[in-house]
Amino acid sequence: MYPVSYHKPASVDDAVKALSSGEEAMVLAGGQTLIATMKQHLAAPSDLVDIRGIAELSGIKISGDTLSIGAAMTHAEVAASKDVQKHIPALACLAAGIGDPAVRHMGTLGGSVANNDPAADYPAALLALGATVVTNKREIAADDFFTGLFSTDLEDGEIITRVDFDKTEAAGYAKFAQPASLYALVGVFVAKRGGDVRVAITGAGDDGVFRSEALEAALAKDFSEAAAKGAGVSADNLMSDIHGDADYRAHLIRVMAARAVAGAA
Amino acid sequence: MTTGIGARVKRREDKRFITGKGKYTDDVRTENQAYAAFVRSPVAHANVKSIDKSAALEMDGVIDVLDGHQLTGDGIGNIICGWAVTSKDGSPMNMGAWSALATQKVRYVGDAVAVVIAETQQLARLAAEAVDVEYEELPVVAFADKALKDGAPQIHEEAPGNLIYDWEIGDAAKADAGLAEAVHVTEMEITNNRLSPNPMEPRSAVATYDEAEDHYTLYTTSQNPHVARLVLSAFYNVAPEHKLRVIAPDVGGGFGAKIYIYPEEITCLWASMKTNRSVKWTADRSEAFVTDAHGRDHISTAKMGFDADGRITGFKVDTIANLGAYMSLFSSSVPTYLYATLLSGQYDIQNLHANVRAVYTNTVPVDAYRGAGRPEACYLVERMMETAARELGMKPAELRAKNFIREFPHETPVIMTYDSGDFDANLAQAEEAADVNGFPARREEAAKRGKLRGLGYSCYIEACGIAPSAAVGGLGAGVGLWESAEVRVNPVGTIEILTGSHSHGQGHETTFAQIVAERFDQPIENISIVHGDTDKVQFGMGTYGSRSGAVGMSAIVKAMDKVEAKVRKIAAHQLEASEDDIVIEGGEVKVAGTDKALGWHEIGLAAYTAHNLPPDMEPGLKESAFYDPSNFTFPAGTYICEVEVDPDTGTTEIVQFTASDDFGTIINPMIVEGQVHGGIAQGVGQAMLEQVIYDEDGQLITGSYMDYTMPRAADLPNFSVHHASTVCPGNPLGMKGCGEAGAIGSPPAVINAITDAIGNNDLAMPATPQNVWRAYQAASAKQAAE
Ligand SMILES: Cc1cc2nc3c(=O)[nH]c(=O)nc-3n(C[C@H](O)[C@H](O)[C@H](O)COP(=O)(O)OP(=O)(O)OC[C@H]3O[C@@H](n4cnc5c(N)ncnc54)[C@H](O)[C@@H]3O)c2cc1C
Repeated sequence: MYPVSYHKPASVDDAVKALSSGEEAMVLAGGQTLIATMKQHLAAPSDLVDIRGIAELSGIKISGDTLSIGAAMTHAEVAASKDVQKHIPALACLAAGIGDPAVRHMGTLGGSVANNDPAADYPAALLALGATVVTNKREIAADDFFTGLFSTDLEDGEIITRVDFDKTEAAGYAKFAQPASLYALVGVFVAKRGGDVRVAITGAGDDGVFRSEALEAALAKDFSEAAAKGAGVSADNLMSDIHGDADYRAHLIRVMAARAVAGAA
Repeated sequence: MTTGIGARVKRREDKRFITGKGKYTDDVRTENQAYAAFVRSPVAHANVKSIDKSAALEMDGVIDVLDGHQLTGDGIGNIICGWAVTSKDGSPMNMGAWSALATQKVRYVGDAVAVVIAETQQLARLAAEAVDVEYEELPVVAFADKALKDGAPQIHEEAPGNLIYDWEIGDAAKADAGLAEAVHVTEMEITNNRLSPNPMEPRSAVATYDEAEDHYTLYTTSQNPHVARLVLSAFYNVAPEHKLRVIAPDVGGGFGAKIYIYPEEITCLWASMKTNRSVKWTADRSEAFVTDAHGRDHISTAKMGFDADGRITGFKVDTIANLGAYMSLFSSSVPTYLYATLLSGQYDIQNLHANVRAVYTNTVPVDAYRGAGRPEACYLVERMMETAARELGMKPAELRAKNFIREFPHETPVIMTYDSGDFDANLAQAEEAADVNGFPARREEAAKRGKLRGLGYSCYIEACGIAPSAAVGGLGAGVGLWESAEVRVNPVGTIEILTGSHSHGQGHETTFAQIVAERFDQPIENISIVHGDTDKVQFGMGTYGSRSGAVGMSAIVKAMDKVEAKVRKIAAHQLEASEDDIVIEGGEVKVAGTDKALGWHEIGLAAYTAHNLPPDMEPGLKESAFYDPSNFTFPAGTYICEVEVDPDTGTTEIVQFTASDDFGTIINPMIVEGQVHGGIAQGVGQAMLEQVIYDEDGQLITGSYMDYTMPRAADLPNFSVHHASTVCPGNPLGMKGCGEAGAIGSPPAVINAITDAIGNNDLAMPATPQNVWRAYQAASAKQAAE
């Protein structure tokens, strides 16, 4: 690892200030991605601004139909939250299935979303649930937030403070883990609000998380496992790597969509 | 006795390991410590045009940057392969030169070209990035079959067409004739996937040159410190043996990868002399992936013929073995004498022939990895047997039993003489424990849940404790394969055992002490095991090939025989009795049938005070022995695996894994079970999860745990482990060895179970969900078409 200066601000304002202090300052949350990339010399920030412990970024609240999760909440905290389990059980389930226990106790919602790894789980949830990413500057709809592999709509120095999720009628998530990393080889999140069904796929797209029109149309007509399995999911624009070719991923998308529907609550 | 042979004594070494008090090489800190970082090639094949060290040398804290020209200029020798294999046309193997630091050419991603010595590890690594190497890239070949094709890139001048040797064993004409008379021939193409050894502790070295004494000390992660010293001295010219001390302290797993003496150890020793600093290097996991010798990587075609009764009439195998970019220390022996000699399996096969071509590729060197050659043989034979049974419409157990060897000694056509075994007993025990009779009902029940259930067998045999020295010498080995021991009874009666074996997870501090506790009837607390330091222990050959029990412990027994003889003489003299009447019992040395006795400690004291010894007897009570076995040992057994496949995704769950092993005498059942569990875990890893993958450019795709799948606890079932043993006639304790059996026997059982479940024999390791799903799709499509 290259030498780096460490900051531990107490507020979002101080964090923003710290971020503009260094040549190439970066937000540090759980460090589960950032520290590993620094060790491999793939990232070389001059300064790390550790946002864990900032009160404004923590906590899980329900107000009306909206569930708000602080950006610094770990996957383990989200998984264990009674509010999350009640409001959107699929989200608690998703958080409980990220990586392994060590990763879940360090990695955070904000870090996962900001990193937008094409195989991460949360982006599928945000996209399917039509969540809103709240930053120190603005509110960004999930549909506009994820802009491709490892890229988001975030500007330099912008900090995610929380994510807001509106209640659904039913939502489900099914993940097929890549055997080595345990990230998603294919993850499918389905969310139903009346006749409106949103389906987001992670792990499979060659440009990151995406919504499947074919599945959304099929499930809007008939919210059933059979409809999911029978949907015409194409292998175009899907990723191929040593763990799965595009056609296998296309097949898994149907299978996982059916399982997500079966488990939706 | 509760601590003798057969007792489940808890591992005495575990307290320090479990409480974090183990002392590993990286824990060693010397005065004057400096750190090494290697500059490694990012490309798989290139001419090294220039090395610009200036930027690195200017960095604060950088002590020196050294390259291969300096190394060879100082007379450091090329890395050797210690086993000369002769091609079938009588020509010697074609070995290319391997310098610890490459001078003209790099041949795989990770090949070291220079080393930075700096004040801290971090600085050394940063400076290594600042060394500017200009590479002129050359065409690359990363796959063994492609390396043999006309026009393939040439990797070493010394090996035209990248062919290292073209070797054979057995009788081709007889095998052909046997196949010609067969009523059924099973034919398969079988690959054995390439693996990375991944011991928990990465390799490490701390080298210290003492200028005043002109002496070197090397702490290193070695399975065989004396062999390391010998090779470093005699071949790499680092220092004469008496000026070089090699210490292998606690070592966190080896699996073969820590047998060899790598460029890093050689370079650290030399760099310590060059810089007059103690030089330390520890691999990180990424570095381990590109420097630890890989394992396996065979491509084979095989034909096995059967008569109308299901008896094997002929067996022919053609194998290409990928040895990587350089020939590692024992690489040549793995696909020949450790592989093809086991192709007879547990079966009476009279007509057998194997041809093996070893080739260079632009990949990490390949050498022995847990099982070394024997897993490749077992996998091939046992996939053939199961597939043949299906083709012949016979039960897999029935076809095997028809061909079992039942009389011992049995000489195979591939130079092995099996000394003992009862293959029927292992098969019966495993079938019963696995409740094979209940399988059809379990399969039906699984089908109701939408799962495909399958059952697979593997009846393995392997060879451990490779020996005798004269025979292996005749086959080309550059070393003897005996073992040494020294038994020291101290004046107070406590006992120290100095062994040439090395423990890196096997539990020698426990099992070795058990045989001594039993023999002299002494409390195990009074016995200590000393190993791993060339200054403390007499020359020994180290631990690999499951040899420490059958060979290492036999040497201890031999030395104990000598101690006992002397003890008897002393006791007889002092108790005024005949030597023949002396017995060691209840911790005392007695005259049988009387109450005349001396305490064990009194014997020790008598030996060292020498006040009253028999005339002409030397004082002291310390004996040493070198034990050279008369034959290999042959552990064998039956493994039965039961799986459930999810046809929608190809995900496979092992629902039951049953092992029946014949390891001969068992010293500590708990430790043996642990060895079997670990071995099966590695075998399941090979069968379902692990694979080193290179792309066409020789870039390693699986260079981290994000892509290389290590087995996790959740991937493994509870193992059902059993023993049905026959005593090995070849050594005093009757032991066969248990360190590798699990890894050897399990892969074919797993694959045979999956192919049974999906109804397709064409499935390659690792059986990842995608591979299984595709094979199942293919089988379903074929069935639909029929
Ligand atoms: C072994 C392993 C397995 C994993 N498995 C999975 C898995 O199965 N599924 C999955 O989804 N993920 C997985 N992860 C990823 C992990 O769960 C984390 O979500 C992820 O690493 C990022 O979160 P973090 O809090 O660690 O962020 P960090 O690593 O600290 O930061 C990541 C990036 O986000 C930025 N950032 C962090 N917080 C904010 C913020 N509030 N505002 C703006 N930018 C911010 C940082 O600057 C950095 O660029 C795995 C990780 C590991 C190491």
